[in-house]
Amino acid sequence: MKGSTVNLDLRSVSVDTETEVILKDISFKFEPGKIYVLIGRTTSGKTSLMRTIAGLIEPTDGEIHLGEERLDEVPIWDRGIAMVYQQFINYPHRTVLNNVEFPLLRAGVSKADAKAQALAMLEKVGLSEFKDRKPSQLSGGQQQRVAIARALVRNTRVILLDEPLMNLDYKLREQLREEFRTLFKGTADGVTIYATTEPSEALFLGDELLVMHEGRVIQHGKPDFVFENPSSIDVAQIVNDPPMTILDAEIKDGKVNIGNLITFPTPAHLKSEKDGKYKIGTRASEVILGGSESNSEEGTVSLSEVSGSETLLYVKLNVGEVVLQLEGIHDYQIGQAVTISLAPNRIFLFNMDGTLCAAPGN
Amino acid sequence: MKKILKYSFIFIWSTFVLVPLSWALVTSFKPPAAVNNGATFIPWLQFQPTLDGWKDITGISGYANLFPPLINSATVTFFSTLISLTFGCMAAYGLSRFSYGWKNYKNPDIIFFFISQRIMPPAVLAVPFFILLKTLHLLDTKLGLVLVLTSGLMPIVVWLLVDFFNQLPKEIDEMAMLEGCNPFEAFVRTILPLARPGLTVAGMFAIIFGWNDLFFALVLTFTNVQTLPVAVVALNGTVTPFWTLSASAIFSILPLVGLAFVVERFLSKGGFAGAVR
Repeated sequence: MKGSTVNLDLRSVSVDTETEVILKDISFKFEPGKIYVLIGRTTSGKTSLMRTIAGLIEPTDGEIHLGEERLDEVPIWDRGIAMVYQQFINYPHRTVLNNVEFPLLRAGVSKADAKAQALAMLEKVGLSEFKDRKPSQLSGGQQQRVAIARALVRNTRVILLDEPLMNLDYKLREQLREEFRTLFKGTADGVTIYATTEPSEALFLGDELLVMHEGRVIQHGKPDFVFENPSSIDVAQIVNDPPMTILDAEIKDGKVNIGNLITFPTPAHLKSEKDGKYKIGTRASEVILGGSESNSEEGTVSLSEVSGSETLLYVKLNVGEVVLQLEGIHDYQIGQAVTISLAPNRIFLFNMDGTLCAAPGN
Repeated sequence: MKKILKYSFIFIWSTFVLVPLSWALVTSFKPPAAVNNGATFIPWLQFQPTLDGWKDITGISGYANLFPPLINSATVTFFSTLISLTFGCMAAYGLSRFSYGWKNYKNPDIIFFFISQRIMPPAVLAVPFFILLKTLHLLDTKLGLVLVLTSGLMPIVVWLLVDFFNQLPKEIDEMAMLEGCNPFEAFVRTILPLARPGLTVAGMFAIIFGWNDLFFALVLTFTNVQTLPVAVVALNGTVTPFWTLSASAIFSILPLVGLAFVVERFLSKGGFAGAVR
């Protein structure tokens, strides 16, 4: 079962239950050899889309094609699709080596070959010395590596990874993320689909980004393009962590006016926009602490949290709440007064219906 | 203080359970004089132990032979347990993983239907079963008794195992299917091996209930197939001396006690940690 060069083609796939719509009219062509990252919030339908491709959910409408084959008519066990779950799923009664051999043996590979291939794969994921242990005797990160080895060893036409790093701690997540890129690039010739809620993982791993929201793909493209040009406020919120701050604003007489409290001359990239009411967005990392001009305002800290090597500051202003990301670890008290200002040349402008009007560009 | 309470409770309870048993054990080795002239407890010191009681029940003295009933009991228990486990685990797996139903009646109702079979006192079923087996010409046969016992054991097995399967993550079945197993292969190759502790517990329950069944054996079998509980009760009704009766009681529980020790070791080794963290 050599990973071949066939497209995975979704044609208006929909899934709904009696009470809710899970996936709505998804059409997309996935090409082999690329890593596609599905990004979206927890209930956006990422997992459902993967389970539909795998055959664990039956689409209520639409077709799934894999090359010439009509995939949605093939039973799960004949689809030849590998999947890695968010939880670390391995067969607890088999050793690590037997776990990795199992899919090969099921696919009809001879015993000797299966063992050789499984050992080679364990070498790749760095688990050779643990081959005789049971999964329960390994750490979480190692267990997930076993699951990934099991998925990669068959070299399937499609490999699905559903938030595989979600349940790991921060350090391990970064380390495995590094390994993944080389591992997938060197091993998987099929279509690789990777679901995550983390923009950083998406930017790091993805050749192509699909932003999912409420069961639809609302934007797709190269990760950095999507990041720089979110097509709507929803996309901007999903691909930024912490989410982008959105404030009501008005452009009038060559000035941007936010609630009559923050004003600044219209920056170059917004010059061509008509006067009127808009929503502006600003990334947490691009909000500036301090400033005394008219584009600054004083507010109070409503929450301060340290995340890794950064400090997130939620500041309550009269015009709304602004999230601010600071390098390094800082100590702020809740209720403390701080002055913040916006960087006019980094402002995203959205129409009142949420669609992108202008982006600051790189 | 808590510890004292705990241990005194354990001590009192063990005494409560063990004293009658050990008394029966001691009595089974007593000569007539040791029983008739007041209570005695300690062999060799208070009386000289004899094997008379044991000779009476093992056919050596020609009084009674409990070996044929033992074999009957073992056969009937073995097959009814085997059938209930085989079909019970499949039913339980289905109820745990798939949805069945008709109108408003769904899986939980089906499970309740299974266990409701045990709510009825067996006496209610005696006449229907008697007529049924008579019609099928299965009265006083091992097959007839196996079928009736199975109908009582299956609900227990299903009820216990549904709960057990529910605790095994569904993702393991899905994984097996994604890796090329059809649902039946996924069940046999990955779920059953993981379910060993559950199967052991359910099997143990089935064996105990089957082994100790007196009522159905009494009603549905006569002379051809006599099970151990029936044989022991039959001894009780005659002029059998106490030492022989005690020996028969010990004789009939020995196989289960032995089994319990074996299973206990097996159970503590089981466990399915590590499927999901």
